[in-house]
Amino acid sequence: MRKITYREAVTEALREEMKRDERVYLLGEDIAEFGGSYKTTVGLLQEFGKERVRNTPISEAAIIGCALGSALLGMRPVAELMYVDFAGIAMDQIANQTAKVKYMFGGKAKVPVTIRTQGGTGRSSAAQHAQSLEAWFLHVPGLKVVMPSNAYDLKGLLKASIRDDNPVIFIEHKLLYATTSEIPDEEYLLPLGKADVKRQGKDVTIVANSRMVQLSLAAADRLAAEGIECEVVDPMTLAPLDEETILNSVGKTNKLVVVNEAAPVCGFASEVAAIVAEKGFDLLDAPIQRVTSMHTPIPFAPKLEKYVTVSEEKIMAAVKKIVG
Amino acid sequence: MKPLDKALLLEIYRKMVSVRIFEETAADLFLKGQIPGFLHVYIGEEAVAAGVMAHLTDQDYISSTHRGHGHAVAKGARLDMMMAELHGKKTGYCHGKGGSMHIADLDLGILGANGIVGGGVPIATGAGLALKLQGTDRVCVCFFGDGASNTGAFYEGVNLASVWDLPVVFVCENNQYAESTPRATHQRVKNVSDRAAAFNIPGIGMDGMDVFDVYQKTGEAIDQARAGKGPILLEARTYRFLGHFVGDPQNYRTKEEVEEWKKRDPIQMFRKRVIEEKQCVAADLDAIDAQIKKDIDAAVEFARQSPEPEVELALQDIFTE
Repeated sequence: MRKITYREAVTEALREEMKRDERVYLLGEDIAEFGGSYKTTVGLLQEFGKERVRNTPISEAAIIGCALGSALLGMRPVAELMYVDFAGIAMDQIANQTAKVKYMFGGKAKVPVTIRTQGGTGRSSAAQHAQSLEAWFLHVPGLKVVMPSNAYDLKGLLKASIRDDNPVIFIEHKLLYATTSEIPDEEYLLPLGKADVKRQGKDVTIVANSRMVQLSLAAADRLAAEGIECEVVDPMTLAPLDEETILNSVGKTNKLVVVNEAAPVCGFASEVAAIVAEKGFDLLDAPIQRVTSMHTPIPFAPKLEKYVTVSEEKIMAAVKKIVG
Repeated sequence: MKPLDKALLLEIYRKMVSVRIFEETAADLFLKGQIPGFLHVYIGEEAVAAGVMAHLTDQDYISSTHRGHGHAVAKGARLDMMMAELHGKKTGYCHGKGGSMHIADLDLGILGANGIVGGGVPIATGAGLALKLQGTDRVCVCFFGDGASNTGAFYEGVNLASVWDLPVVFVCENNQYAESTPRATHQRVKNVSDRAAAFNIPGIGMDGMDVFDVYQKTGEAIDQARAGKGPILLEARTYRFLGHFVGDPQNYRTKEEVEEWKKRDPIQMFRKRVIEEKQCVAADLDAIDAQIKKDIDAAVEFARQSPEPEVELALQDIFTE
């Protein structure tokens, strides 16, 4: 075992997959000499050369369209969108093209496109650099959506995403890059579509994704001191969603809190709540609680940003509302 | 570039007439209510697809547009599977899941029609990148219209192909209208090809009604791209004889304007020239017409006789398992 950061997990996964398969190449803004805005591609240009680590103009639509076109001809691109907020520029290429070509063509296409990006609040990045836009992609049939909450998961999930023959939106979190995990020395992959129970507990199920897993685990520790045992479920892959693991956990605790950093309306938290209400209504002993950011643009000032986003205290309050 | 000998002339003619009769037949069936959805036909623009495709093999790629039947037919797509797709039948190219605007045949290098104007441009750039990374001398030809040349995807896609020197030939089919909006009111440049200057790549205009001009200029461009000299922007000045879609009231242009362009029908111009120059005789060309009519009748019959897709098909092919 050894300890690596979430950032290093990205670099290691990319390096290992590029070594393993010469069809894998990277494209994105400032990913070559500069090593990426969040330093996730440092050293890869030197190791693999400029044909496979391709700096692009600031052209998000072209980055994704180029990835798609090359994938249709047998390449396995890993495209980087510097911020998930920039997906708006590329949304036609993501939602109308990449997600749908296989279906529109009657199944006769493989689309092994991995789109890496990062999102989330916590660094005063304001309304155009701090969003949690996973719901945009979840709404589009044909996309897989992966959001790792720690370095260990990230490495195994990113390697699996690159090997997947479908478009995968892989959303990292800007506040997790410096966090560390123990990882094994040998290679490992984590399957897409499989959730992970991060903490066992009998009193309430907390479904949380990305950095919200870390906040939920911290909240769970504090609640344990008060005698409340939370079970924390990390879906890891939001689409396709491992509903079974979530429903099994709710079957055990009979209570559900969903924690998601995005705006609340039609978000991932709403989707999980709807699924459990439809398929697990009889399992529930209390109303489902959602803990999300408020329905505002993300503000700049640290005090305001903290006010509208999720905190351990907000998670604890939601749990206490239905437990005890 | 291959010399324009008699065999190649007949092949080009065969492509143009196949497109024309396919489209006339589809439009007729659409008006009779036998084809659902909407239909954008390529009648009048045949010289562009035929002149370009005469240079390509199955190993070369094209990206196409919402007005894509002509590209697919000229690239060699199966008429029966195309007609079945227009009818929404299971035997169609996309098993009835794509329709007119999504016909693709990756084995023939057809990367798909596209329902989004400009959407195919970055995809063609990506195909060009793959061809370059794979170390081939194959090319991708990207078709788009004058309307698409105003989209961000066009600028992003052509710019990326230019900075990476990719083997992509961008062919603008300037048919004078973006849907109902005439060029003079949607762009200020005199020629779409002038926009090549923005990328520091060659920009060349062609007479899109004259297949000889298209053949010559695209041949030079494709040879350049195969030689690794990077992308080129070509502009074929052409005209759609029907409206934007079948049933378009066309209240934005005059009958006189349409009739003026029809005097330069690319198929009639071709026939006149090759017969006058004694390269072919009318009987050669008439025989091709007759054979194509038979082929298209058979394609329509195939489409009619084919089953509708089972509803379960709607749930398949979203992901590769």
